[in-house]
Amino acid sequence: MSLDIDAVKNIAHLARIDVSEKDLETYTKDLSNILDMVDQMNAVDVTGVEPLSNALDATQRLRADVVTETNKREALQANAPATEDGVFLVPRVIE
Amino acid sequence: MYSNWETVIGLEIHAQLSTNSKLFSGSSIAYGAEPNTQANEVDLALPGTLPVLNKEVMNLAARLGIALNATINKRSVFERKNYFYPDLPKGYQTSQLELPIVEHGELFISVNGEEKRIGVTRAHLEEDAGKSIHGAAEGCTGIDLNRAGTPLLEIVSEPELSSAAEAVAYMKKLHSLVQYIGICDGNMQEGSFRCDANVSVRPKGQEELGTRAEIKNINSFRFVEKAINYEIERQIDLIEDGGEVVQETRLYDAEKNETRSMRSKEEANDYRYFPCPDLLPVVIDDSFIDAVRGDMPELPDAKKARFVSDFGLSDEDAAQLTNSRPMADYFEAVVADGVEAKMAANWCNGELSAWLNKEEKDVAESPVSAAMLAGMCKRIADNTISNKIAKEVFEGMWNGEGDADAVIDAKGLKQITDTGAIEAMIDEIIANNAGQVEQYRAGKEKVFGFFVGQVMKATQGKANPAQVNQILKQKLAG
Repeated sequence: MSLDIDAVKNIAHLARIDVSEKDLETYTKDLSNILDMVDQMNAVDVTGVEPLSNALDATQRLRADVVTETNKREALQANAPATEDGVFLVPRVIE
Repeated sequence: MYSNWETVIGLEIHAQLSTNSKLFSGSSIAYGAEPNTQANEVDLALPGTLPVLNKEVMNLAARLGIALNATINKRSVFERKNYFYPDLPKGYQTSQLELPIVEHGELFISVNGEEKRIGVTRAHLEEDAGKSIHGAAEGCTGIDLNRAGTPLLEIVSEPELSSAAEAVAYMKKLHSLVQYIGICDGNMQEGSFRCDANVSVRPKGQEELGTRAEIKNINSFRFVEKAINYEIERQIDLIEDGGEVVQETRLYDAEKNETRSMRSKEEANDYRYFPCPDLLPVVIDDSFIDAVRGDMPELPDAKKARFVSDFGLSDEDAAQLTNSRPMADYFEAVVADGVEAKMAANWCNGELSAWLNKEEKDVAESPVSAAMLAGMCKRIADNTISNKIAKEVFEGMWNGEGDADAVIDAKGLKQITDTGAIEAMIDEIIANNAGQVEQYRAGKEKVFGFFVGQVMKATQGKANPAQVNQILKQKLAG
């Protein structure tokens, strides 16, 4: 097992995922299995192989630097839980 | 007690790129708009939206690469830096980690007359976050996403700066450079140019670096200097008292002149970077880089050298003029208007700079345009006014009283060059001051100054000084 329960708790916290105590063991096992598989792949000799950062053999298309958007605030805030004077409101973030 | 220690500083500077639209969307990045009126579906990270990279940022980043004599990577990759904060709608910042656009650059700074090379580790593209407005409503934080997605270039120095003064010199040089090459407006009040400083200390002679603290978001040159100096003393005091420096993020409080821990949680630094699956690798070719190179404006150091060789200016004059591109352009406009270079340099570095400083204005805001200053300099050159009177004319122009000729006319400042008139005045003064005349003729040459003073007083400073000197000498000789 390459991960322990505390590591899984930490990962869940970082991703803001609420994992219940009873599921923790299953996740620990499943995630460890994935990492074990990664270890197997790491053992392959890839000397001379270019790293792949994207599965498509393509490169990024670029757009011209032009402002194409107009103010859509009303529509975009229509389904926000709370707004005031044009700003989105969220529970207070303590600095 | 601090002399047994040495300081190691590295700076991370965020320069907001001067584009029209955002890094990955067609929303405007203009400053000061009503909240959330410049944030579209992509900026809000609504489901199903995809980023499309702005071509101009590649151009601007490449310009910096060329100016820093750096490597411009033909292939660069965007990664996701994951963290949660309400003003970061996607839950990650799109940034570059493994393959930044610019690497291995250098910048030369000069402190106390000594030049030093500072390595620039890298410069990478990333997007800015939105703005949190604390206390927007009871128990709430307000979120304005206009700034979310604004393109930034984070420029990271090697830890090669060894004092607060060097850090400030580096920051100023870079600040001037990004404006020179037109990639950033450099407006520090609006946050277009922000600085984080990594500071550590170690006993002199020790190879190994000490533990560093990062001071966040210091937004003026003065505060960078004060924050770093405070932090150096804090770390040395801490270690000498038997303590240890903790690796952490600290905030500088300008009012109290101290840095304090941001109480950041340990895991906050685990960003779990990975290549962004929404963005393909960005590839540029030699012809792209060549085109950018062909378009580069003259860099500050080259401009300074040219001012010395073409205009015969001193190193100091040329350095002061080329500190900022707007000032250098202003000076060249005055010279192009037919003013002798040394005279133009004196007025730009002297009276103009003094007034700009006094009223905290940029050259661009100067009420005296280059054409107006050139007009005034011509009146000095053709003896209409003296250098001394010109200061009065300058002040008049600054205060909106019109161009040089208008001010000279309105205030009657025209120099008296009519030899007859000056002679008559001098005759009268000599007649009224027989005692001083005798002293002068007895060899007390200092009294000469008294006579010049009397003539200037009688003419309110408007007599041509060279003529006054010449005529006085003749007449006093008897």
